Amino acid sequence: MSKDIRIKKGLSIKLKGRAADTLAVMPHSGIFAVKPTDFHGITPKMVVKVGDSVASGDVLFFSKSQEEIKFVSPVAGKVVEIQRGAKRRILAVKVQASGEESKDFGIKNPDSLNRLDVLNAILEGGLFPYINQRPYDVMADPKEMPKAIFVSGFDTAPLAVDYTFILKGKEAEFQAGLTALSKLTEGAVNLGVNKDCSSFYNQFSGVEMTSFSGVHPAGNVGVQIGALNPINAGERVWTVNAQDVAAIGEFFLTGKYPSSKIVALVGSSVVNPQYYQIQRGQEISVIVNNNLNKDQDLRVINGNVLTGMMSSESDFVGALTNEISVIPEGNTYRAFGWLPFVQNFVHSSSRTSLSWLSGSKEYELTANMNGEIRALVETGKMEQVVPLDVFPMQLLKAIMEGDIEKMENLGIYEVAPEDFALVDYTSSSKIEAQQIVRQGLDLMIKEVG
Amino acid sequence: MKFIRNTFDKYKPLFDKGGKYEKYAPAFFGFDTFLFVPNHTTQQGSHIRDGVDLKRIMSTVILALIPVTIFGIWNIGNQHFTLMGEAFGFMDAMWYGALRFMPMLAVSYGVGLTIEFAFAVFRGHEVNEGYLVTGLLIPLIMPIDLPLWMLGIAVAFSVFIGKEAFGGTGMNVLNPALVARAFAFFAYAPYMSGDKVWVADSVADGVSGETILGTLAANNEASFSVMEMFMGYIPGSVGETSFLLVMVGALILVATGVGSWRIIVSTFAGGAVMGLIFNAFGVNALMSFPWWQQLLVGGFAFGAVFMATDPVSGAQTNKGKWIYGFLIGIFAILVRVFNGAYPEGMMMAILLMNVFAPTIDHYVIQGNIKRRQKRLKTA
Repeated sequence: MSKDIRIKKGLSIKLKGRAADTLAVMPHSGIFAVKPTDFHGITPKMVVKVGDSVASGDVLFFSKSQEEIKFVSPVAGKVVEIQRGAKRRILAVKVQASGEESKDFGIKNPDSLNRLDVLNAILEGGLFPYINQRPYDVMADPKEMPKAIFVSGFDTAPLAVDYTFILKGKEAEFQAGLTALSKLTEGAVNLGVNKDCSSFYNQFSGVEMTSFSGVHPAGNVGVQIGALNPINAGERVWTVNAQDVAAIGEFFLTGKYPSSKIVALVGSSVVNPQYYQIQRGQEISVIVNNNLNKDQDLRVINGNVLTGMMSSESDFVGALTNEISVIPEGNTYRAFGWLPFVQNFVHSSSRTSLSWLSGSKEYELTANMNGEIRALVETGKMEQVVPLDVFPMQLLKAIMEGDIEKMENLGIYEVAPEDFALVDYTSSSKIEAQQIVRQGLDLMIKEVG
Repeated sequence: MKFIRNTFDKYKPLFDKGGKYEKYAPAFFGFDTFLFVPNHTTQQGSHIRDGVDLKRIMSTVILALIPVTIFGIWNIGNQHFTLMGEAFGFMDAMWYGALRFMPMLAVSYGVGLTIEFAFAVFRGHEVNEGYLVTGLLIPLIMPIDLPLWMLGIAVAFSVFIGKEAFGGTGMNVLNPALVARAFAFFAYAPYMSGDKVWVADSVADGVSGETILGTLAANNEASFSVMEMFMGYIPGSVGETSFLLVMVGALILVATGVGSWRIIVSTFAGGAVMGLIFNAFGVNALMSFPWWQQLLVGGFAFGAVFMATDPVSGAQTNKGKWIYGFLIGIFAILVRVFNGAYPEGMMMAILLMNVFAPTIDHYVIQGNIKRRQKRLKTA
C-alpha cells in the first residue's frame, strides 16, 4: 500500500445519533421479506406461491431477463404474501419464519475453483444480486467480464457503519470472499481503506489496497474507481459492499446461505443508537422497537440519510443497506428561516449561515427541504462536492436534455446517483441530482446498453 | 407569528390544487414562503438538505448592496447641494437623496415584480427571488435624473425580453439589470450620458455635473482627488461611485461564497493589465489616466463585484470564470479609452462577455472531454 489519495472535494456532515460499538442479536422469528425493488431494474419471475414451504437458501424468484440470477429466502418458513403494487408490480415476497432448515450448497474452497465454478456457486447460492456493476449502478451481468472489482473498506456518509466493527470475527469469511471475487475478474480486486481501518485490512491478501483520506464521499466506491481506474465506454467494473464480501466468503466456507447480517440503527431520533445482528429482510419494527423518540413525526430511512430509501417501521431492511436511519420528519414551518445568518441550528455548508463556525458540533437535521425548488441559479457549489473528474452541472444539464453523446462525452459512465447525493444536499435551488443521474443512467441502459 | 401562520393555513385550501383560486397559487405561496420556510419535506433523493435556499442567497446579495445604496442616496444629495453651492447637513443630503431615489426603486420593483408575478401565475410556477436583486440593481446603475417612465419601460423591457423571453430565471443569456441599462442607454441616450444627467436637477438648472470619465474623454484633467474617487464623493450612477463600499459588498459576497472571487479578482486583473498598456502609450488624457485610478472610477468596481458575478449569465466553470473576468476587465478599459461615444465601457464589456461565456465554458469543458477520449483510445 504505497499510495494515499486525498479527496479534497466533498463534505462530511456530522449528525447526532452515531451507533455505539455494541451489538444486539435479533430473534429469527416473525416475517421476513425479499424486495425485488431493492435491485434496480429487476423484473422478478416467481418460483414460489403463497403457502409454499421454503428452507433458507431456497429460490423465491429469479430475474426475468437473466434467469440464472436467483433470489433466495433468508429464512426457513412459509411464503405468506406476495405483495404487489401498481400494475401488479411485485414489491415484496414475505416469508413467515419457522424452523432452522437450511439448504446445503456444499462447502467449497474458492481458491481451488476456476472462474466458472465460482460464478455458478454464487449464482446458485442467491448471492449474485449483491454484485453491483459500474457503469449504470445496476446489478452485474454474469455473462460479462469486469476489468476490475472494487470494494470500499470504509463508509464516509453521515452516520454510516464502521465495517471493521461489522467484520470483526469474520476475517476468514472476508478473506474467502476476496479470494472468490478475485476469480471473477481479469484484473485485480481493489480494496479502498482509510488510515483508521488500514491496520485491520492489512491482514488480507490477494487484493490491491489503496489508502484514501479526506471528506465524504471519499468512502464511495465510485470515487475510488474514478481516482484509480476510471471507467471508459464499453468497460465494466463490479463493486461489492464490504459486508457482502464476507457473506460470499461465508457461503463458500459453510455451504449455507449467509442469512444473517449486521445493521446499525442510527439517527437523532434513536434513543440508543447501536448495531443489531439481524436476518436479511427482517422487519424494521423489530429493530426499532421501543428505541425511538416519538415526540415528533419521524422519517425512517432504509440506508443512510443521503442515499437511503424512504421507509417506515412496517417495512423491511433493504438487501443492500447497512443502516436504518431515523430522523425527525421536520414538517413544520420556520418563520423567516431564509434570512442569512439566522437559525444557525440548521446545518449549512454555505457561509450564508453561521453554522460553519461551530466546527465539530453534531447536528440534528430533519427531512425538511429548507426551501423550495427553484430554477438552477448557482455555480461552483457542485464542483466543490463532487470529487470526480467530471463537470457535474454540465453533465446534469446534458441528462436533462437527454443528449446521449454529450452525456457520454461528459463522463456518464463514471458516475452513480450516490456520487451526486451531496449535490442534492448543498443545492440552493433544491435540485434532485440523484434522481436526474438515475434517469440518465436508465436512458443509457436503454439506448447503449 | 402564530396568528399569521394560522391565517395562511386557513386560506391555503382555496389556493391548493382544485381550490377556488388555484390559478393565483404562485402569488399566495410567494407571500407565504416570504414569511415562512415551508413545511415541505424531501420526497426523493437526499433526505436531509442544506439550510441554504435561493431566498437566502438573494438576500445575501441585497445585504451586500445595502452599503452602496445608503451611500448612493447620500451622494445624490451631496452632489446636488455641492453643485448648487448650497450649504447642507448629513440629514439634508439623505432626505433629498431618498426623495429622488425611492421613487426609482418603487418603479423598478413595482413594474418588475408585477411582470414576474404575472408570469408566475400565467406559467404556473413559483415566483423566483432573482428579481429582488435585479430590481435593486437597476436604479443603482442609472443616472439619478432619468425620468421615471423611461425607467419603467427599461425595466419592462429587461424582464420581458432580457429574461422571460429566454424562459425565465436561470435561462437568461444576459444580465437582466444591464439589459435594462443598455435599453435606456440606446433608446434615451441624452438622458443616460453626457454632462447633464449625473447630478440631480442639473438639467433644469443648466449646471454641468460631468463624471470623471466624461471629463477625461473630452481630454480634460479630472478635477477630483484620489481620495474623493475612493470614497465616492463624485458624480456618477447612484450606486457605483464609492469604491470603498463596493469593496465592502465584495467582502460580503466573497466571505459568504455567494459571489465568485475568481471573477472579481480576474476582472480587476484584466482592467489593471489594460490600464498599464494604455499608460505605456499615454497619448491622451484617458490613456495617461493612471491604471489604478481607472479601477476606482466609473462603474468598473461595481460591475466587477455585482454584475459580472451573476451566476446565470456569467461563466460556469472555474477556469472559465478566470478567462471571463479577465476579458471583462480588458474590454471595459478598452471601450472606455477608444470609444468616444461611450465614456464608460463596463456595461458593454459585461454584456459582450455574457454572450461569450458559454463559448468560454465550451472550450474549458472540451479539455475534460478530450482527456476522456484519449483515455479511451489508450485503454
